[in-house]
Amino acid sequence: METVTLKINGMTVTAPKGATILEAARIAHIEIPTLCYLKDINAIGACRICVVEVKGARSLVASCVYPVNEGMEVFTNTPKVLDSRRKTLELILSNHDRKCLSCVRSGNCELQKLCKDLKVECENVYDGEVNTYELDTSAVHMVRDNNKCILCRRCSAVCEKVQGVGVIGANERGFKTNIASAFDMGLGDTACVSCGQCIAVCPTGALYEKDSTDEVLAAIADPNKKVFVQVAPAVRAALGEEFGYPMGTGVQGKMAAALRRIGFDKVFDTNFSADLTIMEESHEFLDRVQNGGVLPLITSCSPGWIKYCEHYFPDMTENLSSCKSPQQMFGAVLKTYYAEKEGIDKNDIVSVSVMPCTAKKFEIGRDDQNAAGVADVDISITTRELARLIKRLGITFNTLPDEEFDSPLGSGTGAAVIFGATGGVMEAALRTAVWKLTGEKDGTPIEFTEVRGTEGIKEATYEVAGMKVNVAVASGLKNAKELLTKVQNGEANYHFIEIMGCPGGCVNGGGQPQVDASVRNFTDIRAVRAKALYDYDAANTLRFSHENPDVKELYKSYLGEPGSHKAHELLHTTYVKRKIHNL
Amino acid sequence: MAAKSTVPFQGTKEQEAQLRSVIAELKDERGSLMPILQKAQDIYGYLPIEVQTMIADECGIPLEKVYGVATFYSQFSLYPKGKYKISVCLGTACYVKGSGDIYNKLQELLGIEGGQCTPDGKFSLDACRCIGACGLAPVLTINDDVYGRLTAAEMADILAKYE
Repeated sequence: METVTLKINGMTVTAPKGATILEAARIAHIEIPTLCYLKDINAIGACRICVVEVKGARSLVASCVYPVNEGMEVFTNTPKVLDSRRKTLELILSNHDRKCLSCVRSGNCELQKLCKDLKVECENVYDGEVNTYELDTSAVHMVRDNNKCILCRRCSAVCEKVQGVGVIGANERGFKTNIASAFDMGLGDTACVSCGQCIAVCPTGALYEKDSTDEVLAAIADPNKKVFVQVAPAVRAALGEEFGYPMGTGVQGKMAAALRRIGFDKVFDTNFSADLTIMEESHEFLDRVQNGGVLPLITSCSPGWIKYCEHYFPDMTENLSSCKSPQQMFGAVLKTYYAEKEGIDKNDIVSVSVMPCTAKKFEIGRDDQNAAGVADVDISITTRELARLIKRLGITFNTLPDEEFDSPLGSGTGAAVIFGATGGVMEAALRTAVWKLTGEKDGTPIEFTEVRGTEGIKEATYEVAGMKVNVAVASGLKNAKELLTKVQNGEANYHFIEIMGCPGGCVNGGGQPQVDASVRNFTDIRAVRAKALYDYDAANTLRFSHENPDVKELYKSYLGEPGSHKAHELLHTTYVKRKIHNL
Repeated sequence: MAAKSTVPFQGTKEQEAQLRSVIAELKDERGSLMPILQKAQDIYGYLPIEVQTMIADECGIPLEKVYGVATFYSQFSLYPKGKYKISVCLGTACYVKGSGDIYNKLQELLGIEGGQCTPDGKFSLDACRCIGACGLAPVLTINDDVYGRLTAAEMADILAKYE
């Protein structure tokens, strides 16, 4: 690797050629503060918080975009630099509502942290005109509060450049500049897919999910209700971050213990219905291959992806697997099979899910998601909301014992837990499909490493029982768009495609704990969190979905075979064709 | 800025064909959005949602991107001009002589914000900078008529002259 040598604050540093000053400073153990910069997403050098002095340069430079040169001398902490950063912060605060006490991000707000670190007072700085905005509450899943927006454009960058959606951006100019949708439409009236990546990258409290924690507590307090909770695979890979655990720490046992202490009547695992999804989806795949159905078959677990497909690729909704997502399959089984088995009236059940996802809040209200005649899932909360609940109720998460999920909807195989990482559903499906195709023999391959990893698009070909199976995996919707465009143009020929709406899959979902840019810019959170899931998989004695004992029992005593009439009634759904613009 | 469309869209097939050919000609060039918007405004007189949506779809870019550019530059208008174009000078001399009050009064009387057009298409209201008649400050023009040494109280009578 070609390197350059420079001096930062008088110390000699060797950095890769092409690195920015920000990156080189990290090598020298100096953290330069940033606000608008987000690696691979937003590099516009606009906010001026990361300015540094470069010897010989006319003015302060933005270290996030300024490349290092041989012999360069950089000063990151001179009075001039610190004054400039403070002035910038004061100006940002002059048009900010500064209501930290009641802010959802208080404590992990990047703006608040900067003010504290740089010793910037928030009172009486540049008192003058302040923009006031109404909240945009039109979307099912989230709120935009532009009174807290600092115009960093991280949200609009991730929406357009990473997700290929672009329904939010900067409107007007100068003091009136605001981030919103075209013609000031509410987000709910646009072709927003509810992925929540904008929330995940927002440095302040301007964007947040619609909070349903009070609804959960009210249900638990209602003596006439039985409140059951399911938790998605990816939640256990990230929840610990909210309680000080290093990123990538799996906290499944403590998470189950915490949910029990919140007061849920039973604590179940979405891994159960992830295994169930594999049973149905691998059946659907083999059926389509053997009976000339529409190919490629595309997975349907990710509701952000589903909404994207409906808006932007309406001609491909026939390719979508008719399988409900694991969240919805779980709710369907809970309110039919489980309710009947336990003798509970389905109307007395409150079905709660904890998801790494904001689109799940949209999904629970979709049509054709009510197997028992009532909603499969009543309330869907994010990983962040679960953390808030745990803190509100004074549950000392870190000292909890590791506990198990309840039976019978609490068991999951290793194939299920990897659903939370890009490629995981594909791998789980391949495990079971190959096992079926090769005559249900022991010794079937378990690991399909070609579909693992954080690349946006992955392809592989497997020879199974004399048949070549071409598969592809995409995560992040811009990657999905690239892949599907190839399929539509006949440039690629796949049998089976996995698509996840968020880059890296659910571990990096829009409902996961927000990660400060100072960490995000130097750590691949997708890979670190995914490792926790692959570790759970490797440690599980059951690694094929068809080995899940509770799923076997469900088929034996209730559903019959995968793809049966009853399975179709309960576990499958339909899609709609949507438009991008509602004119 | 409110998203309300003050005047119903009345674009013709001819205008649409003209716009489509402009887009087809320009869209593959880098940085073509600005010239396309300029031509579109030449064709329609303004850039309503119908026109911006057409541009977004034909160029394969998000509508928000088009709208962001259209609202950034003051030369682009989201609203049509009225039969009578009112222009209030907010230049320094007129402003210190009270043209801000006149501008506010007109917004109130017409029920529109600056830059907009009344739903019947009769009046549009804009602010302008110095028109070189500072001796008459505060000044406004309605089409080619110039009114000077005004007070806000006179506005209702002036509007009543236009049918």
